[in-house]
Amino acid sequence: MKRIPVSSFPVLATAVVFFLLFTAASLSFPGFCSPYVITDLFSENAFLGIAALGMTLVILSGGIDLSVGSLIGFTTIFTARCITEFQLHPLLAWLCALIIGAAFGALMGTLIVRFKMPPFLVTLGGLFLARGLAFAIKKESIQIHHSFYDTLDNFRIPIAQAELTFPAILFLLLLLRLIWLLHYTPFGRTIYAIGGNQHSARLMGLPVDRSLIWVYTLNGLFAALAGIAMTLYMDSGNPTNAMALELDVIAVVVIGGTLLSGGVGYAVGTLLGFLIHTTIYQITYFANLPASLGSITIGLLLLLFILLQRSLSRIQR
Amino acid sequence: MLTKHSIQTRWKPHKISWPLVSLLLLLLINLLFIPSFFALEIRDGQLYGSVVDVLHRGSIGMILALGMTLVVATGGVDLSVGSIMAITGAVAALLLTASTLSTLLIIPIALIVALLAGSINGLLVTRAGLQPIVATLILMVSGRGIARFITGEKVIGFGNEAHAGSFSFIGNGTLLGLPFTITLAATLFIVTLWVVRKTALGLFIEALGTNEKASHATGIQAQRIKMGVYLFAAFCAGIAGLIDTANIQAADTVNAGIFTELDAIFAVVVGGTALTGGKFNLTGSLIGALLLQTLLTTLYTFGVAADTAPIPKALVILTVCLLQSESVQKRLQQRRHP
Repeated sequence: MKRIPVSSFPVLATAVVFFLLFTAASLSFPGFCSPYVITDLFSENAFLGIAALGMTLVILSGGIDLSVGSLIGFTTIFTARCITEFQLHPLLAWLCALIIGAAFGALMGTLIVRFKMPPFLVTLGGLFLARGLAFAIKKESIQIHHSFYDTLDNFRIPIAQAELTFPAILFLLLLLRLIWLLHYTPFGRTIYAIGGNQHSARLMGLPVDRSLIWVYTLNGLFAALAGIAMTLYMDSGNPTNAMALELDVIAVVVIGGTLLSGGVGYAVGTLLGFLIHTTIYQITYFANLPASLGSITIGLLLLLFILLQRSLSRIQR
Repeated sequence: MLTKHSIQTRWKPHKISWPLVSLLLLLLINLLFIPSFFALEIRDGQLYGSVVDVLHRGSIGMILALGMTLVVATGGVDLSVGSIMAITGAVAALLLTASTLSTLLIIPIALIVALLAGSINGLLVTRAGLQPIVATLILMVSGRGIARFITGEKVIGFGNEAHAGSFSFIGNGTLLGLPFTITLAATLFIVTLWVVRKTALGLFIEALGTNEKASHATGIQAQRIKMGVYLFAAFCAGIAGLIDTANIQAADTVNAGIFTELDAIFAVVVGGTALTGGKFNLTGSLIGALLLQTLLTTLYTFGVAADTAPIPKALVILTVCLLQSESVQKRLQQRRHP
């Protein structure tokens, strides 16, 4: 039998935690383990999952991006204003939002790579900039009324007795895309190499600079997609949307078994991290507990996983 | 590119010249366009004016920057100060409304809670050997949840409490004609500066941040110093949290100290302390914090809304950091001495 590599332990641990959590919840709350609740996890939090996919790329490459929450907020209000006030077709508005998101990411990536500035400092600038721009577009929330949004609202894929909404489907498709990108393309292997040791990757002749700029560009794109998913879920845009969401996004990725120092992790892990995160909040809802207990639990899990990763990397050495 | 300028004997701008120049430039803009900026007036024995206001509002940033400077100097970073501010404020507000304890007891209790939070950071960095960014991220994520849990998920206001008057002195009081917050920030700054520069502590911290192994070989107890700086950062965050709560007479766990960790880190970096650790500059950090606050106040007086003020703020952050980045410095020097 092939030995399981140590680097996949965190993901296995994540899977075990999710299994235990979900089983415990199903046993304590009747109706928790229903197709309706499970599809709800995806439908209501698709934006978080999509943002976490992009963050997985960034963290795997050994970086961090604090600007995603602001970028999501910007995208929601931008899309909403384009559709309602400029009468753009939603698809066209989405295209503009995606281009802006990608360009924003590319700009930050360029600053990080070309000027060797620390990622968290640059993306912190991005955080303020995107949030400010969001408020510059419109200070209040805008409702989206468009036949295209109604069509998408009614578009559902039935699974068992429940159904998946369009944002949830988008999240799952993007997840498949990321799995393919990370594990079956040269670009994915380059990301792992850079995250493992940037210097070695450079010596191996890998296109480090170009790949890193692509990582931040893609993350900007994912954040814009997350913002679009949010407008679909809420049927509105608001400049205060997704405030400090980057912390939840990072927590999802790390609980999913991706090492914050880079180079180790799986896209599937992020799916598991996403499920744990959403299940915890679902439990606080079912048990009528304050939501703050949910975020404390997330913090404790984060601590647990980081300590686990730490002890594993000590074993490896 | 790297080999070309290995010997550097030329004039190099002092590390804090960029933020100082930016600050003076901002003040000059104010002098030219907003004459009232430098106007001071005494009303009811208290000094009023934009400059006083900048110092008063900037006190939280300055105090946070003090703690952050020492953490960054050891090669670390503390992302949790904003959350610690929220926790401290929540504890103080809860004690003010739910108990009859006097302010003189509430302040130390709240600060002890802040120190407890700091010791978690310190233990994770020293005992568990985590990267500081990772270790403090945990409290950054869960700290606000803890604060919300303490206040019962609501804003606790204590403006109507009879015995809250002495507590709100921390945020709104006046001492010798100046807001008490200014005195507090200045005292903390002078004491910190004195302790790190008049004792060997500052040197120990710099040695630790420059080369941990070498500092260990010289007998410096790295773990104790690291623990100390995280405790100090948490202490500063605790005081900042008390000021913030006393200022608005309420514990608003959602907004208290939000993004202040980022402001503090920026103040430190702009002030000439590299994120890689080593040499630190407390005065520089103070100037960095003042630069941010002056910028914000200037923007407000120009009529920029509080919501959109982050745009110019971000641009300034990025520009100053860009100017300080190595590659730009090198290019500037090449241009100066081809």
